[in-house]
Amino acid sequence: MRLAGGGRIDRSQLYAFTFNGTQYQGYAGDTLAAALIANGVRLVGRSFKLHRPRGIFSAGAEEPSAIVQVEAGASTLPNLRATQVELYDGLSATSVNAWPSLAFDFWSINSLFAPLLPAGFYYKTFMWPQSLWHSYEAVIRRAAGLGRAPEHPDPDIYDHMHLHCDVLVVGGGPAGLAAALKAGRTGARVVLVDEQNESGGQLLGNRQQIDGAPGAEWATSAAEELAALDDVRVLTRTTAFGHYDHNHVALIERRTDHLGPAVSDADGRDGGPRQRVWKVRAKQVVLATGAHERSIVFRNNDRPGVMQASAAACYVNRYAARPGHRAVIFTNNDSAYAAAADLAEGGVSVAAIVDARPEPGLDASALAAGQGIEVITGHAAVDVKGRRHVEAVSIAAVDEAGNAAASASRSINCDLLAVSGGWNPCVHLHCHSGGKLNFDAVQACFVPGESKLAVRAAGAAAGIFDLAGCLESGFEAGADAAQDAGIKRRGRARKAPVADAETPAPARHLFHVPSSKRGGDYKAFVDLQHDVSASDIALAVREGYESVEHLKRYTTLGMATDQGKTSNVPGLAILSEVLGRPIADVGTTTFRPPYTPVTFGALAGRDVGTFADPVRKTPMHHWHETAGAVFEDVGQWKRPWYYPRDGETMQEAVDRECLAARNAIGLLDASTLGKIDIQGPDSVTLLNRVYTNAWNTLAIGRSRYGLMCGEDGMVFDDGVTTRLGDHHYLMTTTSGGAARVMSWLEEWLQTEWPELDVRLTSVTEQWASAGICGPGARRLMEELSEDIALDAEALPFMAMSEGRVAGLPARVFRISFSGEVSFEVNVPSRYGMALWSILMTAGEKYGITPYGTETLHILRAEKGYIIAGQETDGTVTPIDLGMGRMVSKKKDFIGKRSLSRSDTSREDRKQLVGLLTEDETEVLPEGAQIVSEPRPMPPMEMIGHVTSSYHSANVGRSIALALIRSGHSRIGEQVFAPLPGKRVMARIVEPMFFDPEGTRLHG
Amino acid sequence: MAERYQQQSALAHFGLSARATSDQNESECGVWLGEHAFRGQINLRGDPGKKTFMDAVAKVTGSRLPTKPNTSAGPDDPQAGPRALWLALGEWLVVTVPGAEEETARSLAEATADCGGTVTDVSDARTVIAMGGRHARDVLMKGCPLDLHPAAFEPGACAQSLLALATVILYRGADPSEADVSAFEIHVARSFADYLWTWLEDAADEYGVRIIEG
Amino acid sequence: MLLIPCPWCGPRDEIEFGCGGEAHIARPENPDELSDEAWADYLFNRANPKGPFAERWVHSHGCRRWFNVVRDTATNEILAVYEMGAPRPEIGSPPVLASPDESGTTSDGESL
Repeated sequence: MRLAGGGRIDRSQLYAFTFNGTQYQGYAGDTLAAALIANGVRLVGRSFKLHRPRGIFSAGAEEPSAIVQVEAGASTLPNLRATQVELYDGLSATSVNAWPSLAFDFWSINSLFAPLLPAGFYYKTFMWPQSLWHSYEAVIRRAAGLGRAPEHPDPDIYDHMHLHCDVLVVGGGPAGLAAALKAGRTGARVVLVDEQNESGGQLLGNRQQIDGAPGAEWATSAAEELAALDDVRVLTRTTAFGHYDHNHVALIERRTDHLGPAVSDADGRDGGPRQRVWKVRAKQVVLATGAHERSIVFRNNDRPGVMQASAAACYVNRYAARPGHRAVIFTNNDSAYAAAADLAEGGVSVAAIVDARPEPGLDASALAAGQGIEVITGHAAVDVKGRRHVEAVSIAAVDEAGNAAASASRSINCDLLAVSGGWNPCVHLHCHSGGKLNFDAVQACFVPGESKLAVRAAGAAAGIFDLAGCLESGFEAGADAAQDAGIKRRGRARKAPVADAETPAPARHLFHVPSSKRGGDYKAFVDLQHDVSASDIALAVREGYESVEHLKRYTTLGMATDQGKTSNVPGLAILSEVLGRPIADVGTTTFRPPYTPVTFGALAGRDVGTFADPVRKTPMHHWHETAGAVFEDVGQWKRPWYYPRDGETMQEAVDRECLAARNAIGLLDASTLGKIDIQGPDSVTLLNRVYTNAWNTLAIGRSRYGLMCGEDGMVFDDGVTTRLGDHHYLMTTTSGGAARVMSWLEEWLQTEWPELDVRLTSVTEQWASAGICGPGARRLMEELSEDIALDAEALPFMAMSEGRVAGLPARVFRISFSGEVSFEVNVPSRYGMALWSILMTAGEKYGITPYGTETLHILRAEKGYIIAGQETDGTVTPIDLGMGRMVSKKKDFIGKRSLSRSDTSREDRKQLVGLLTEDETEVLPEGAQIVSEPRPMPPMEMIGHVTSSYHSANVGRSIALALIRSGHSRIGEQVFAPLPGKRVMARIVEPMFFDPEGTRLHG
Repeated sequence: MAERYQQQSALAHFGLSARATSDQNESECGVWLGEHAFRGQINLRGDPGKKTFMDAVAKVTGSRLPTKPNTSAGPDDPQAGPRALWLALGEWLVVTVPGAEEETARSLAEATADCGGTVTDVSDARTVIAMGGRHARDVLMKGCPLDLHPAAFEPGACAQSLLALATVILYRGADPSEADVSAFEIHVARSFADYLWTWLEDAADEYGVRIIEG
Repeated sequence: MLLIPCPWCGPRDEIEFGCGGEAHIARPENPDELSDEAWADYLFNRANPKGPFAERWVHSHGCRRWFNVVRDTATNEILAVYEMGAPRPEIGSPPVLASPDESGTTSDGESL
């Protein structure tokens, strides 16, 4: 039913497409919905709950019924509105809610039971007994599904872009274009977004004139002027889907969806993303989002062929597609008369205009008279005949209260029922950001009210429905917005475009025509997508759900993917009718983002795969890679975990590394350790306040280990700090805690102790660090050092010296996390790889062995050294760790007062101990719970847990560290670890398994 | 000096020099990228209200430290002398040509020792990624929340912010060659350089990328 | 996402900042002299008003400086921004946004 001429379609480009497996043809410029209408397809989907046949209801974003899945496979998109899907050659779409086929839908059996599936049906029926909910759910999900998510990895690219502007105009209809023009001409940075493929909004779908020419022509020239302005960006195919705090507006731009899935690289794509999310920060926002025409609730108002009057006209005007042969218009206002005239012009036989009012406006009457259309006033549609599409409409007289006469006065044959129940300004974005709504009692709609943001509405979004008014309010909003954005210049004055003045008669507030048939309102739909009927609302109120928020959740009114764009006000009107309270008092629910659904792909953008989280690499990383290291994530760092040689298991590799570190030389990449340069006369005061131990006596060139607590007394980091000069220190932190400690120190300095003269600089990345440990370490170091004395007297344990190592500028620290003689060599990061390579080459003859974090952890566990974050978890004090000697009694420090709280000074806190399993080969799992009694079954009292556990090649058996209640006084006791299928016996020991005298360390 | 040959930049493993000299269609590339390896970078602290400090620094660097947030002072071309970027109240990053950092740091430390200056050489802590071309700003917009419009972030401007998931210091160079071309310098922590470079190349892919000699 | 006016760097996106919770909670001078209850109050108890709330923010990915913000917790309006150590300003007047100090002078008043 394509018209011979007209429309904004390109008849030179014929596209083939399939819908539910059937081949059709359409033109460039069509939407899927338009092409289906042109092909005479009426039935396009099934409703969500009752699986009633549904057709195309609208021509835009508000579409509740024609929901489709486009394409199949990895690129498929579910739940799209056919009214917004641009046609391309080869497009393939299916209905989302029909099984096994649209024509024979199994679940349509539900509609026979409509009276049995009322509001709250699921809550009442399936929630009891609770244990069966999961089995009910599986069946319900299949019956009530929407589209299907793709099952394969998404082949497309998505990304994000930040954008700043003075004025963001949302909506490219007459008001939005006017606003953007006015603001743009001042030189302001303007962004105009519109969800359609071209600017113009309603002008594209109606025949209104501006300056004596079709409005769409004005729109085109306006868009051209905007495109030529510097600093004006026009984004088409872009939806503003969320309006957030401080004028942060999120847009989704569909860049290639209208081209279909990529077939080759050379099909017009630019290598850019499929969809892009724009994160706009606007000084001023103009909402020119237009309005949605709403329906009227009456029996069988959901049949395919019942359509918004404006949409029916749009299909004729814009797409040259006739949505029917013979139409009846049902309206409560004047706007549908223009639609009726447009239909008639397009060759649709308009049988009658049924107007609920006693009398239409003068302009409206003239339009009807001009086309010779019969106008039946004081009447309303009361029922629709026809199942898969409209065959006839029954009308009856309505009284002043809105009740229809019991018997229909007429039945009019038609295949299109175009309905206008008035207009809802599109206030969604205004609501997202917390803006208030006011009820306009004259026009019976919500209009934007107060907002805390710099936002203003223009045109239909502000409740101004005539074209001249839209243009005027658009220009005004654009000028005001530019001025409020601080733009001083005013654009050159130009002649304002002129549209015909309109003098509409008031609309009648008729939202619902109650059915006189018993149970007739079961089939009078308010929310077409969620199958919420007038009777559901009445029932919910009877059951006590009187608040609009409760009503929404109980009936799911407005909770479908269309968010009730067309059903919101009729629903509230029925609620107000049932409650006997005015709509303004009933209030409305809040619209939330997104305005229309947004794909997860677009939201994730490019932060997927390798970009999901940064990988931090040390200067020696590529050596480790080449050596075949297996890496471990430590924060964002990649650290070598172990270095397996050919055929080695992890345990074999780790055993070899552990033995080498204690018997030859071990080499560790320690670059990830946090390093903070501390300078200033009050540095030592800062150290005294943040560490539990005292720092006054530390000499220059000497290091000391420190524990840091939170103010709650719990250990949160540890490390060694070295005094480099009079007022100069270098603090090291754990690898994972580096940023946290730096922020923590800055926070105390800036917020609590601004009087301290201390400067902190993170130098973690400035230095590459190699740890060389073991009996051969000193020999190797002596070979490579030119000017540093390395003997135990010149450079004892916990001392530091500066000089050259292998010709590189270096700091050498005698600190140890292994219990061996150990040198930690720091060189500027650019030399990290050089240092490492030289050490490996020179150390070869001594059996130097690189080791990873697993060996590091085992070596330190053999010595009972803690790892902050492994032995501690935010509930462990220094005393719990057996490190009470490191807690100063004299000075105050962060967390000190908390250590004497009744809870932290308890004797029976969990305390750090060692565990030796009875079976030496048994390695307890970390995290295993410990109990004191060998009971076979729960309940049993848990007295602690394993924090670290390994097989130690050096000790020749398994070792473990654990936090055990009153552990310090339980040394020697036997405990048990109940594990799946077995119970492991262990003995509590001191947390020290190797070289308890420390002779190796100080050697 | 032997150590010159042993130094390795953060992005050395990408073999950028080799890529820079291989065939590239310049006109079709909307973005160019390169690494300015081994730039001298010195963190400098001091009281901007103290004339003695400000004078002492100016004597060493040849220009007065910027006191206006998000601005820099000193020549755009580091060959012409050190450039100072404003980092925070009383904190700057002094940027020099490779090799000048040691001498500059020493001079700054000596000159400001008596007027409360603190000097830390952090040349190895970050590398500098240079990016330009007509789509350079578009690439940055993909990951940086700053307003980088020339009216808001003019040549000579600098700011600390996020680029993708990395913390960066961003500097907009003066690029006299073409009016609409901007050259940005991105200071990024050495360990994040691999991630950020990969991210930038990926983000710039749709505009065409050319690698330049750093 | 909030747009937070850093007193030094100017308005920046929320992702550049960290929030440090309620402002104007001073660490007690002599913790040892406090009762457990008083210490716990300092340590754990924070106000949670609906409406204007003074809180501390840090420009983590920018200048790393801490400052105070009065934010309306119901609307997210930022009503005042002021330096650490400064008293909470009277709310009711338009937002007090400290502009970047272009003169470079500090409290000792010496001009450049």
